[in-house]
Amino acid sequence: MRSSGCAELHRRAAYALCAGLLVASVPWAAAPAFELGGQVALESRIFAHSPLDPRQHGDNLSLALEPEFDYRWDDGRQSVSFVPFLRLDQGDRRRSHFDVRELTWLTAADTWELRAGVRKVFWGVAESEHLVDIINQTDLVEDIDGEQKLGQPMLNLALIRDWGTLDFFVLPYFRTRTFPGRAGRLRTQPRIDSRHPRFESGAKRHHLDLALRWSASIGDVDVGIAHFRGTSREPRLLLGRDGGGSPVLVPFYEQIHQTSLDLQATTGQWLWKLEALTRSGQGRTFSAFIGGFEYTFVGALGSAADLGVLAEYAYDDRARQASSPFQDDVFTGLRLSLNDAASSTALAGVITDRLSGAQLYSLEASRRLGDRWKLSLVARAITRPAPSDPLRGLRKDDYVQLTLARYF
Amino acid sequence: MKAWLLAIPLLVPMFAVNGAQSPAEKGRAIAVEANRRDSGWGDLRTRMEMVLRNRQGQESRRRIRTRLLEVDGDGDKSLLVFEFPRDVKGTALLSYSHAVKADDQWLFLPAIKRVKRIASANKSGPFMGSEFAYEDLTSQEVAKYHYRWLRDEELDGRLAFVIERRPAYEHSGYTRQVAWVDKSNYRPLKVDYYDRKNALLKTLTVHGYREYLDRYWRPDRMEMVNHQTGKSTTLRWSDYRFKTGLRDRDFDRNALKRVR
Repeated sequence: MRSSGCAELHRRAAYALCAGLLVASVPWAAAPAFELGGQVALESRIFAHSPLDPRQHGDNLSLALEPEFDYRWDDGRQSVSFVPFLRLDQGDRRRSHFDVRELTWLTAADTWELRAGVRKVFWGVAESEHLVDIINQTDLVEDIDGEQKLGQPMLNLALIRDWGTLDFFVLPYFRTRTFPGRAGRLRTQPRIDSRHPRFESGAKRHHLDLALRWSASIGDVDVGIAHFRGTSREPRLLLGRDGGGSPVLVPFYEQIHQTSLDLQATTGQWLWKLEALTRSGQGRTFSAFIGGFEYTFVGALGSAADLGVLAEYAYDDRARQASSPFQDDVFTGLRLSLNDAASSTALAGVITDRLSGAQLYSLEASRRLGDRWKLSLVARAITRPAPSDPLRGLRKDDYVQLTLARYF
Repeated sequence: MKAWLLAIPLLVPMFAVNGAQSPAEKGRAIAVEANRRDSGWGDLRTRMEMVLRNRQGQESRRRIRTRLLEVDGDGDKSLLVFEFPRDVKGTALLSYSHAVKADDQWLFLPAIKRVKRIASANKSGPFMGSEFAYEDLTSQEVAKYHYRWLRDEELDGRLAFVIERRPAYEHSGYTRQVAWVDKSNYRPLKVDYYDRKNALLKTLTVHGYREYLDRYWRPDRMEMVNHQTGKSTTLRWSDYRFKTGLRDRDFDRNALKRVR
């Protein structure tokens, strides 16, 4: 009820705006243009087991709203974008949250682009893990896949030259990672106390983080080399106590240096991918990489569908001490795109930990319903996580998630 | 003797025009001439709307904003920005097309702001779920096909060359295409596509040609009918604007990230 009410309200607002725009706007790109878009999504999660901790919720409903406002002028060379995000969650107070995903002014010239404000930046090529992607903090309460990000305040200057693009990032404010609350599922045991983070730097969230990245396309190869200096987006988790004396994990954000490489070679129907980094400042200096391929069979099985076969290997030389679950892991997956009118797609995969034999299975599928609705399914299950595995707390959290989104 | 020798240089070009050519030479000459007449447009912005129909007549729509840049001696560059359906709004596809080798393509996914280089050697798959394949919509360079002139015939009251084109590039979904090319302006009026088993797969008809800048013919509408599935797609073009000042810089990965 709530979802359709919201959608209706926004549809009306959109119609009102569109009606105004139709009168006011000229159809060529040189004219300033205001656009409204976005989505509202109702999500339902069904868990296969009772939770490990009786305080954790059972099956859950959640509503997310993400409108997009975009104004551009100067033939698209200048723009202002605003994308707020709101989630209201039935079972987990920490998962109910508001974020500004984007509030950016952009100006683009021939040899440079400048962006000021809050926005999202993605680096990397791999599918099963986003190793080198470091500008934005992960919005972990959204999804454990690490693809949902919090907006990051920044000043970003891109110099565009024949030899590639050089991006400078000044990041004046740090966002702490979101974690599920006491009642939330898909969390560690004990829970992470996201409200009382600790910082290595005395400046805490106001430490000035800096990053530099060079990227280019050279023939069939797309490459990026980056250096980041500042507050680690990935916290170390320290054992502590909350106000009531119960054990909790306290996120500790250290100052790090990280140098990374991401590379993709595209030959024929093959994509060859590599991400690698070395990081200092979190204990001893360590290295990690993820590499693999994706091969696409076009017109698989005599149909219009594409079938992609993916395999990736992730390694972290901290081994069992790694804060990430990907220390010596193999990912294999299949991606199916039906290429039908509903844009039906599915990605099924399994990550296997070669140290412990633990496996994380996942299935993501979606299809459009009509022109403005989309139905998505996510299912994840974990088998045999070792006692030291960061995913061990999720062993009773196998779930199926259905999301119905309305786009406007 | 002398008079006869003098006549030779005059005769040679007459043979070239009047049918001493082999069907292959004549077919290729038609493609070269079509290409010559359509060169020099520089850049183009336009909008396309597709209406997809299944066998039961159910429709679904796509709206796409396109920018094209003519590249001398290679395939064109293009930037397609999807506007509708709304779930793919802001998704954009950047292509550097090439005559025979695989195009270079990057896809921008706005939800996670990711630019993805994608495999594009095989362009036989459907474009946005429509009856148009990627290879039907990409830049049509002369070197993409081996040609053969079949005959001249009238099509809907217009005199046309009928030529056969066999893809010279790998991974095509077709063994051959038969194209009806308007003799007066060298624009395609109709194309029959034959699948890998050489069975008639699809027919394209092109409607509402208009001349822009006194030289460049562009259609308002294209109809693609799939004879094997009963599905069809109507593609409508509007807002053609030539020579708007687009340059290479408007077709790089940075530009791809800026679209919306």
